[in-house]
Amino acid sequence: MTLRQSPLAGVYEEPTLTGFGGWEMPVEFDSIRTEHNAVRETAGKFDVSHMGQVTVSGPDALELTQRLTTNDVGALDPGDAQYAAITDEDGVVIDDTVVYRLPAKSDDDYLFIPNAGHDGEMTERWVTHRDEWGLTATVTNRTEEYAMVALQGPDSESQLSAETTLDLTTVGRFEVVSTTVSGVESLVARTGYTGEPGFEILCPVAEAETVWTALDCQPCGLGARDTLRLEMGFLLSGEEFHPRDEPRTPYEADIGWTVALDTDFVGRDALAAQDGDGVDEKLVGLELLDRGVPRHGYEVTDPDGATLGHVTSGTMSPTLGVPIALTYLPTAYAEPERSVEVVIRGEPKEARTRATPFIDR
Amino acid sequence: MSFDVPEDLRYLESHEWVSTDDDTARVGITDFAQDELGDVVFVELPAESDELAAGEEFGVVESIKAVSDIYAPVSGTVTAVNEALFDQPELVNEDPFDDGWMLEVELSDESELAELLDAAAYRDQIE
Repeated sequence: MTLRQSPLAGVYEEPTLTGFGGWEMPVEFDSIRTEHNAVRETAGKFDVSHMGQVTVSGPDALELTQRLTTNDVGALDPGDAQYAAITDEDGVVIDDTVVYRLPAKSDDDYLFIPNAGHDGEMTERWVTHRDEWGLTATVTNRTEEYAMVALQGPDSESQLSAETTLDLTTVGRFEVVSTTVSGVESLVARTGYTGEPGFEILCPVAEAETVWTALDCQPCGLGARDTLRLEMGFLLSGEEFHPRDEPRTPYEADIGWTVALDTDFVGRDALAAQDGDGVDEKLVGLELLDRGVPRHGYEVTDPDGATLGHVTSGTMSPTLGVPIALTYLPTAYAEPERSVEVVIRGEPKEARTRATPFIDR
Repeated sequence: MSFDVPEDLRYLESHEWVSTDDDTARVGITDFAQDELGDVVFVELPAESDELAAGEEFGVVESIKAVSDIYAPVSGTVTAVNEALFDQPELVNEDPFDDGWMLEVELSDESELAELLDAAAYRDQIE
């Protein structure tokens, strides 16, 4: 299978590349630690053009998107954005996304961002349900039209201010505006995946290089993106949820706050039932107390060696200097300071549960 | 990108190096290997007096992004372990051929050294 290429491939110099969600993307420019620290302390830029972009417009754009995402799309004013899950009939998360109600002057009404490689499937899902429900809306997969750059870190606002005439202080968290970045018509949203202040910039692929090169800060790859999001306890598609390998509901994945049960959406009834009954397992943070690095798939046991679950993602936290992980555990363990073990190469390693985010943000 | 490949060392295809002084060998991983792994955060090594067999794994090096087995270039008895790596695993990145060394081994069969790659052959492999 040929990997999809970012419009920025060839612009940046000598990154280490990796396949991710059907795309070939930079995993590391300098070192994960260097890039991670830049974002926590100053600013870093990420090419996230592998993320999907699907627009939904027309008289029933709101109803269609409302019925296919867990959050309350009706609560969005123009220029607002929200995080949401996309669930199946059983309430199982098949994707997570940010839904934007685009600013009034935009050509499209709504934009949502499926995960890497999910753009085709999600476009199809919207089209199929539109037709099944007899709704009137235009659904367009614009993933090949948009480049996406994330600028993250405490200095991101001053960095971006130099490249736009817009007063960025007017853009609140989870708000999106149409503006220019280095003269390039772009959508700028105060969103991100790192826990730091920052922006995500959507611009036409033909002008992606102008935007990327204008941002004068540390280029960062998917490696640092992963350590940054993991310190925040943010979910990664394919790790913390996957329809086949890790079927989880928003309540299990600890994103129950994205579920608006007073709206009508696919999976709503199953989730209402689970909201009443409670969950058996829940996503929790772990800190390893012994030496080692917990990684995806490693077994988690109780102190007597009985299996409780497995690590969904883990790393050595560059900020904290300790090994951290996410795992689904029985709810009895879903509180901090419970003793568990992570089995690394056959050896049980002492760990304890921790609240997420792992860092203060 | 070009990597340091000291002329006076011998190499394994799996990116370990060995230097010899009489019947003692010092072992580590190469500049190329540390760069591929990225930020090393943890090194698991055998204990002194453990026996190594050439070609068999003797430890593990973990970076933020990957975990990799380390293979013994030679057979013998471990006589020293670089304990500095337990607190400063980043030495493997910073100085892979010197402060980032991993083990010293008393060779049980010096003829094994002839089986290893010389610098030119290893350089050909990674370039």
